[in-house]
Amino acid sequence: MKTADNVALCVRNFSKHYGDGCAYCMDEDAVLDRNICPECGTIHACSDISFDLHKGEILGIVGESGSGKSTLMKMLYFDQEASSGEYHLADFLDGDRDVLKLSSRQKRQIRNEILGMVYQNPVYGLKMEFSAISNIAEKLIASGSRNVGDMTATGDHFLGKVNIPLNRKYEPPVNFSGGMQQRVQIAKALSNYPPVLLLDEVTTGLDLSVQADVLELIKEIQRELGISMIVVSHDLAIIRMLCDRTMVMLDGSVIESGITDQILEDPQHAYTQQLVYSIL
Amino acid sequence: MLSVEDLSKSFTIHHLGQTREAISGINLNVAQGGFLGIVGRSGSGKSTILKSIYGTYRPDGGRIIYDSKENGPVDIMEISDHALIHLRKTEIGYVSQFLKVMPRTTSLELVTQSLLEMGVGLVEAEAQAKTALEHYDIPESLWNNYPNTFSGGEKLRLNIARATVKAPRLLLLDEPTASLDHASKVKVREAISKLKDEGTTLVGIFHDLEFMEGLCDSVYDMSNQEMRHALA
Ligand SMILES: Nc1ncnc2c1ncn2[C@@H]1O[C@H](COP(=O)(O)OP(=O)(O)O)[C@@H](O)[C@H]1O
Ligand SMILES: [Mg+2]
Ligand SMILES: [Zn+2]
Repeated sequence: MKTADNVALCVRNFSKHYGDGCAYCMDEDAVLDRNICPECGTIHACSDISFDLHKGEILGIVGESGSGKSTLMKMLYFDQEASSGEYHLADFLDGDRDVLKLSSRQKRQIRNEILGMVYQNPVYGLKMEFSAISNIAEKLIASGSRNVGDMTATGDHFLGKVNIPLNRKYEPPVNFSGGMQQRVQIAKALSNYPPVLLLDEVTTGLDLSVQADVLELIKEIQRELGISMIVVSHDLAIIRMLCDRTMVMLDGSVIESGITDQILEDPQHAYTQQLVYSIL
Repeated sequence: MLSVEDLSKSFTIHHLGQTREAISGINLNVAQGGFLGIVGRSGSGKSTILKSIYGTYRPDGGRIIYDSKENGPVDIMEISDHALIHLRKTEIGYVSQFLKVMPRTTSLELVTQSLLEMGVGLVEAEAQAKTALEHYDIPESLWNNYPNTFSGGEKLRLNIARATVKAPRLLLLDEPTASLDHASKVKVREAISKLKDEGTTLVGIFHDLEFMEGLCDSVYDMSNQEMRHALA
């Protein structure tokens, strides 16, 4: 298998379980207690997830807390190892290779050069005690930059783009507000122009007006740079604003997917209906 | 250009344990460059038909054959999500009374984006967007404002500007004039007439279809589920 022409990222039968599993729950027809095996207690955080992310599109993933969204994102970013499945990236050897099978050195290379990740909690994406600009330099060095002048110019460019005043670039993010920290995290993730950007609940916990700033920034980046993105949120209003297509997750599985207005206006699954009716 | 065959759609509301049939046995068609009006009482399924053609609703049965410019006849119910997204960006437009706004996006940006999606260059897109905003009497002082501060009429005119600026091949109109004053309605009629002259095919729901007299070629009547010529 390899990625099709217009596909940036392709995942097949991705699964992640915590625990060894047993004969009962390793059967694909097993009925679990939400995402837990009633026989052996193994947690099936993600079960058999397949999808394509097209070039330049924003794909939304919506679902309640515990549904497996973050686990999926962490597997895509190699923060966690998938239990099984296949994973191809168009920008790594033309999508020819299953990147799950690569060495950890090669995975690190993909993290540094092809993927950008923005976490809900900036603590995971930033070195809080380093200056904003050194956070970006760190990412650039990891992706192969050596020229200090170039790195400073790139850092300034992206900090400007996310509206961090340049007279504060030598301050550590720990001094910043939550919204500013999130914007520094986005600047850092973008600084090496990754073709794929992963965003996990990046506006959760921010004030509404700050949320709007961050959302607008994401939209603008997508329009200008044509980056493909996966946006995870428990909030359908955010999905509605940003995403071309949407997948709905429940208990580790994708229960429904489609064009975003299909999901919002003609939800099929009982759980999706409950989500949608609660925002109307 | 568009032919709907034996279309049916019902909605299952799980928490009520109910299934409601919205439409069934719908057959209609419209020739290239034609204007089909749909009439019927409220709740008879008019919007369900339009939303099925646009692909927002996923019908239970039937076919929706659209003769696309790029790939010839396609069944809207069968094509991939991406093929449908592409058609919406390039060929098929939809206007309702409701405006979908983005935070921090001005009215000028909103209309410009609609053209950028089709691959028009930025300078040209902005110029065309300004012309469209002017045509629909959105005062220049509002071009750099966010639409959520606009009046109902302004929002609607913006919505129509955004959809019509692309001169889509097929435009679906779901009561776009419902809450407009007479002067605004005249503007909408003018725009529709112009689009028609340029070859756009139209399917529209209007509670006062008489207002479209002379423009509408045929009518689909929900009460007997039949097509007729507009002037008959
Ligand atoms: N490290 C872990 N060990 C055990 N269970 C975990 C671990 N991480 C997540 N889970 C479980 O996996 C499921 C999915 O969690 P998560 O991916 O964080 O969901 P979401 O991001 O949708 O809130 C939950 O049942 C959660 O408790
Ligand atoms: Mg999470
Ligand atoms: Zn088990």
